[in-house]
Amino acid sequence: MAEQNKELILSVRDVKVHFQVRQGNTWPWQPSRTLKAVDGVSFDLYAGETLGVVGESGCGKSTLSRAMLNLIPATAGSIVWLGKEMRGASHGDWQTARKDIQMIFQDPLASLNPRMTVAQIIAEPLRTHKPELSNDEVMQRVRAIMVRVGLREQQINRYPHEFSGGQAQRIGIARALILEPKLVICDEPVSALDVSIQAQIINLLKELQREMGLALIFIAHDLAVVKHISDRVLVMYLGHVMELATKEALYARPTHPYTQALMSAIPLPDPELEKAKVIQILQGDLPSPINPPSGCVFRTRCPRAIEDCAKTIPPLHESQPGTLVACIRA
Amino acid sequence: MSLLEVKNLGVKFSTPDGVISAVNGVNFSLERGQTIGIVGESGSGKSQTVLAMMGLLAKNGVANGEALFEGKNLLTMPAKELNRVRGDRISMIFQDPMTSLNPYLTVERQMTEVLELHKGLSRKAARVRAIQLLDAVKIPEAARRVDMYPHEFSGGMRQRVMIAMALLCEPEILIADEPTTALDVTVQAQIITLLKELQRDFGTAIIMITHDLGVVAGICDQVMVMYGGRTMEYGGARDIFYDATHPYTIGLLNALPRLDHDGAELISIPGNPPNMAHMPAGCPFCERCSLADEHCHQVLPALLPAEGKPHVLRACHKTGEPILRLKEVAHG
Repeated sequence: MAEQNKELILSVRDVKVHFQVRQGNTWPWQPSRTLKAVDGVSFDLYAGETLGVVGESGCGKSTLSRAMLNLIPATAGSIVWLGKEMRGASHGDWQTARKDIQMIFQDPLASLNPRMTVAQIIAEPLRTHKPELSNDEVMQRVRAIMVRVGLREQQINRYPHEFSGGQAQRIGIARALILEPKLVICDEPVSALDVSIQAQIINLLKELQREMGLALIFIAHDLAVVKHISDRVLVMYLGHVMELATKEALYARPTHPYTQALMSAIPLPDPELEKAKVIQILQGDLPSPINPPSGCVFRTRCPRAIEDCAKTIPPLHESQPGTLVACIRA
Repeated sequence: MSLLEVKNLGVKFSTPDGVISAVNGVNFSLERGQTIGIVGESGSGKSQTVLAMMGLLAKNGVANGEALFEGKNLLTMPAKELNRVRGDRISMIFQDPMTSLNPYLTVERQMTEVLELHKGLSRKAARVRAIQLLDAVKIPEAARRVDMYPHEFSGGMRQRVMIAMALLCEPEILIADEPTTALDVTVQAQIITLLKELQRDFGTAIIMITHDLGVVAGICDQVMVMYGGRTMEYGGARDIFYDATHPYTIGLLNALPRLDHDGAELISIPGNPPNMAHMPAGCPFCERCSLADEHCHQVLPALLPAEGKPHVLRACHKTGEPILRLKEVAHG
């Protein structure tokens, strides 16, 4: 791929996140069952690039992002950050890594402490990771980043509830960027915002990325949003990667039947196109991740499934330049 | 006579901070079997408009104006008469199906209750009808699942139950308040396709309230764009999507991430949504509009027919050249 001459910063191989769960009506001595939230995901991330991660609720995209920060430890696989294996790494090593990996959350107001002022919220990462800085230095950096993300310096002593959703998300972005990280994981950063504000935040993230050379992992359930910000896109379903492709390849020719269904389901703001469009309606509901289908996890809802799909889990392979797909029929 | 005619509808809330006008002078009409989309961002007053019509405003809210359903004003109707209309002739589905269904009752009990009350059916006959409707909204094994509780259904299935329940009495009007916002895109596509089919089969008129212009495009005949409690633009779906004339509508379309355009940059609308307690004297959109001048800040624009398009209503002082330039920014 085009990024090959760039510096590889994150390499994820066959990562699994499993949870032991008890269902209702079971006795304490009965064995618990395994919920496979993420089941064998691999990807590489290069400096300054944006990887979009797309999938519907329950596909494991948020769990995957938390595993990248060890907020939920991965059960198996390997996470190599800047050449160092991080799975099973010590608390201290993770603490060091988190200086360079920051996160932005979906609900901007819920992710800000209501009892802290904007200054305290934005300064907190500095106080944790760079305690050697003087108070003046910290406040100077806070002011600089506030202006950079489009907040006014006068708002520095306000509390989160005094801000609208879009403004609150800017505070979240300022908090993530104040350490000048190499990677920012954005977990649905615009899903809770109005359309006009959504565009502001997406444009801001793109600008900041260009200036600071950030890599982004941008998680969303909406392929249209991801199109505007990503270099490559990873499509997930039930804990598995269905397709990993460059933006150009994915949007020109989606290869996996699930990607195609996801793409056709997005309503177009154009009455003629929308009425003429053939929507591939997926039948049924998402299977349970406690008891996923054998072989390809998508086969129970796939319009092109054949008998062989039930036999083995399809490996990711290159189907066209720029596209890796996990489907034996693609 | 139109099936529903809303004239100069307004909603005011008395709060500790004073009286807030959430909706001002909203007019629209709906014919049998038609669909109107009411589009706007949070705080635009789109939900309060329909809640006022249904007599469901919060205690501190007061509605004024008229909402004529078959010639009778819903706003002044006695509660007893309104109860015969609600659920029977006009029904409503909400954004979050889990909070709108009663978790203590089975789906069967919730559905048969409606039929016993409005149609006087026996429990047995009502149950048969309930199963038919669940079948119509494509819930598999309807006869078995009718006895389940709401939490045993997935989000998409719950929304189907809501739709089935709303259609029990074959209402003339179905009001859908952000029916797909809480759902995944593939489930959203299922639900919208279902609504279109049901409209074809039952001939129900639909009022679709949404913030998503994409959802509106495929299903609505008429579109009303609201901002700050007022109508900004109101016209046919083709007029709004292909030839928008209001700066807010144009801005909303430009800000939308879309699959069918390759333009990589989104053009955002600067600023933040208005604070309903401190509305500008003039146009509610003036603070975020690139065309706004002193006149826009001072004088409220009236909702008038657009130049050369008498069936499109718009509330904007600006016409002609500046509006065309706004659109060129997007396409250039």
